[in-house]
Amino acid sequence: MRESFDRELQRLEAEIIRMGSEVEEHLTQVTAAFVERDAVTARRMIAADEAINERRIQVGLDALTLIATQQPMARDLRLIAAIMEIVGELERIHDYIKGIGKISLNIGPTPVLPTIAAHMPEMAETAREMLHLSLKAFAERDKELALRVPAMDDKVDFLFNHLYADVVAYVMENPLGTTHANSLEWALHNLERSADRTINICEWVVYMVTGVYREMSMGEYESPPAA
Amino acid sequence: MSNVATYSTNGGPYAIEAQDLSIYYGSFRAVKNINLRFPTHKITALIGPSGCGKSTVLRAFNRMNDLIPISRAEGVILFHGKNIYDHDVDPVEIRRRVGMVFQKPNPFPKTIYENVAWGARINGFKGSKTDMDALVEESLRDAAVWDDVKDKLNQSGLSLSGGQQQRLCIARAIATRPEIILMDEPASALDPISTLRIEELIQELKKNYTILIVTHNMQQAARASDYTAFFNMDADRAGYLVEYNQTDELFTSPKNEMTEQYITGRFG
Repeated sequence: MRESFDRELQRLEAEIIRMGSEVEEHLTQVTAAFVERDAVTARRMIAADEAINERRIQVGLDALTLIATQQPMARDLRLIAAIMEIVGELERIHDYIKGIGKISLNIGPTPVLPTIAAHMPEMAETAREMLHLSLKAFAERDKELALRVPAMDDKVDFLFNHLYADVVAYVMENPLGTTHANSLEWALHNLERSADRTINICEWVVYMVTGVYREMSMGEYESPPAA
Repeated sequence: MSNVATYSTNGGPYAIEAQDLSIYYGSFRAVKNINLRFPTHKITALIGPSGCGKSTVLRAFNRMNDLIPISRAEGVILFHGKNIYDHDVDPVEIRRRVGMVFQKPNPFPKTIYENVAWGARINGFKGSKTDMDALVEESLRDAAVWDDVKDKLNQSGLSLSGGQQQRLCIARAIATRPEIILMDEPASALDPISTLRIEELIQELKKNYTILIVTHNMQQAARASDYTAFFNMDADRAGYLVEYNQTDELFTSPKNEMTEQYITGRFG
């Protein structure tokens, strides 16, 4: 009884890690596609979202089955709660990836601003690293690591603010470029939110390990930074 | 009994309290050094593997262990500030004020009415027939079995279903107007529907009584109690208290690794 329960828990945990790795890769790929105007990769990222959604639902249903059939308690219960929450965050991060892919197609062949091309990959790399470390903390039950990751969001926010200001400056100089600028802001916003979602993952890892839920996220950007 | 009433602290935060309680059967120490107090008008579940002494502890609170000649209690159980094991305390009075419901429904082979009236009579109820009728009805209502039996009060208690019999036994316990009700696996012999009805009933009863319940069923403890005490057996086979906390805390984030192992099904 306990053995099959453990096996199923391990299987769900492994599925989270696999999904997470895929989301990590897609963060990098969609950003590269965005700055390089690579429509093929952008389409592939959009198409990949459906499978991620299905896998998220399956993990959620399997976790519910475990709750119904095994009546998990304590550490097991907290692991299942973390699995259900984290899989939701991964799915949402992939929605942002899909969003960036769609914006990329909407922009068409127009090149993005040089500053975006120069710095958006760095922003994506930081968000990817945050996701990677949060999942490492999950797999290794590493509370300390989970507590450290959110500080990396400062770099994402810094780059976001910087690029946001650049885009605003671009609009001031090119009023006819507002639509293009708006698309760029949305893409940046999607990336910025991906990193925030990663902080939510860290919060659930801390809960899973300690039994105490602690808010670490600053929440969604409430107002745009001063240009 | 005046000896207990004298020390009354009615309405206090704790209905009954064990201090450094150990119980022996002959030279064998069955439970050791229990320190535990039970909040008034709350449901506390006692859980733990077989042989950990949880039923022995439960029975200590109304001196049911006295019925086993070789048993002996050390330490103190405070009820209204008085140690119920003091020589001047009448165990019959304690058992009236600390009622008990057992694992297997055990109605007397008498009418439903007599089953309830007996409890009151043995405890010195001196009212009229009308008073007794009212007490029987009220007790049966409080035990959520009145609607099932009101038209057949003169039929045998044994004619009822298992779940109804157990609620009849709860009515019998209530009829003595206790302050505390001890329940020793009250639903383990019942089907799932009857079990849920008993659990709902317990939730109702806590408005008027403090409830201590021994259960083997962890889900029942998690569902039905406010506080949970987890007992285990030590290397010397004596039961002891491992962890006591609010039920939601104990089942989601136990502090003790042994509690964690037990409630996640790794032993016991």
